[in-house]
Amino acid sequence: MRNTSGSYSAGVKDYRHTYWEPNYPVKETDLLACFKITPQEGVPREEAAAAVAAESSTGTWTTVWTDLLTDLDHYKGRAYRIEDVPGDPSCFYAFIAYPIDLFEEGSVVNVLTSLAGNVFGFKAIRALRLEDVRFPLAYVMTCGGPPHGIAVERDIMNKYGRPLLGCTIKPKLGLSAKNYGRAVYECLRGGLDFTKDDENVNSQPFMRWRQRFDFVAEAVKKAEAETGERKGHYLNVTAPTPEEMYKRAEHAKELDMPIIMHDFLTGGFCAHTGLANWCRNNGILLHVHRALHAVLDRDRHHGIHFRVLAKCLRLSGGDHLHSGTVVGKLEGDREATLGWIDLMRERFIPENRARGIFFDQDFGFMPGLFPVASGGIHVWHIPALVAIFGDDSVMQFGGGTLGHPWGNAAGACANRVALEACVEARNQGRSVEKEGKAILLAAAKNSPELKAAMETWKEIKFEFDTVDKLDMAHA
Amino acid sequence: MSEMQDYKSRLSDPSTRKFGTFSYLPAMTPERIRKQVEFIVKRGWAPALEHTEPSHLMDDYWYMWKLPLFGETNVDRVLAEAEACHKANPNNHVRLVGYDKLKQTQGATMVVFRGKTV
Repeated sequence: MRNTSGSYSAGVKDYRHTYWEPNYPVKETDLLACFKITPQEGVPREEAAAAVAAESSTGTWTTVWTDLLTDLDHYKGRAYRIEDVPGDPSCFYAFIAYPIDLFEEGSVVNVLTSLAGNVFGFKAIRALRLEDVRFPLAYVMTCGGPPHGIAVERDIMNKYGRPLLGCTIKPKLGLSAKNYGRAVYECLRGGLDFTKDDENVNSQPFMRWRQRFDFVAEAVKKAEAETGERKGHYLNVTAPTPEEMYKRAEHAKELDMPIIMHDFLTGGFCAHTGLANWCRNNGILLHVHRALHAVLDRDRHHGIHFRVLAKCLRLSGGDHLHSGTVVGKLEGDREATLGWIDLMRERFIPENRARGIFFDQDFGFMPGLFPVASGGIHVWHIPALVAIFGDDSVMQFGGGTLGHPWGNAAGACANRVALEACVEARNQGRSVEKEGKAILLAAAKNSPELKAAMETWKEIKFEFDTVDKLDMAHA
Repeated sequence: MSEMQDYKSRLSDPSTRKFGTFSYLPAMTPERIRKQVEFIVKRGWAPALEHTEPSHLMDDYWYMWKLPLFGETNVDRVLAEAEACHKANPNNHVRLVGYDKLKQTQGATMVVFRGKTV
């Protein structure tokens, strides 16, 4: 920090003298962040906001002489606005602008290290949540983004005019590779487009990755020959080291598999971005799981909101990303979910507080990715899922396929028939959410598999309230 | 609860092959085809027709029937072309496509006449 004369004077100074600039005109190239700050008692809002701006950019707790060797007025982050959080007086929103050259090009790793680094343990604040980030288009252009994106994936898989269907193989752990491949084959021959390794299926003693890949490859190829449709299985290449991850990815490529998967948070953004580049270079689709996300994003006062993680993943690279379902067994508020699926799919997403979007976000021509609706869904949820997600999505079943009383193929067929009936009805201009039951009952007349599925799951409902609600005055 | 059934799908039985969106529903009727054409036209997509021998259904490229009907909004004219394509190739699958030029993809794709499987 400098004083007016430009000479050095040691000591501790309030952050707000340097890092609070309510009149700062935001630049188009600035990276903007919105934090929800819960300050310690007695700390004024401006001081807490300025402290966060300082700690996430150039500042440290005291003045140092080397501050005078650089242009801190350029490099510092600035808190430029403070807003009330509707319905919650314990905290407030602080908006902070950072100059673009604080961050290495194409490095989500570097952005998060600054914005979600030391500052989260800072004593002057009781809790801190990174609510949203506006990545300037100039920064977006330095990132690789989705290896293929929605339109290219449709061409590769030859599937148009409807959401895609997947199923995660269960039990999650413990099957032998050959039995596992059987479960995959049955799902795919029954009419699903994809099956999936569960996130914690990596390479355990009961099923090493190589045998899993080999048996699954036969299942995929046989189901393709049998149905005349293209199929894929998300082969999980998440591994203890990047070297091992690439080894597994290479084997999937040798087997001519169209898609692999990775956990971007447990694997880490460095490994993930590298894998996304590998996928782009090798023409292999990338499904992305999000284990760890709820640890970071579920608490309303502390952590990183999922919309930030989703934006980071789009920049880092992925063709699919789990989004929650709104209707299934996992957390997810409808408006908030619609907000982050827009962030995954659209080119330009305008500020929309009703959906929790704090900034305009321009992704330019970076491709969008498929949101994956997964977790406790079955045929009765399909009408609502078609209405909420539209065509550019993946409905990812688990028990909703595998739990069919006649087995996986019948379960898959029931899913597919129900989906196609809903899409056809929607195209005819019918309201699938309102008329869902009638549409499914009519389709079941021609599909004993769907009829049996509807009898099995009729009563299952998940009606817990969401923990992470949008901040609304009446919430 | 209905009695358990075997899932009838065989490599050796070409009639079990599927062909994309709506192939798990009963074959299209004229009334249902009309509604899908209306949908495509209303979205501003370019209707198009293509066909193939059922033995080549997995190919990316089917035979294009003439050119896509760019700018055509008359549903009857699209239906007439579909009918003409089917009459000229009675044993082939005939597919109706709606090209979405803004998203650079096919907004809708469906087989409207099912060919004779061999």
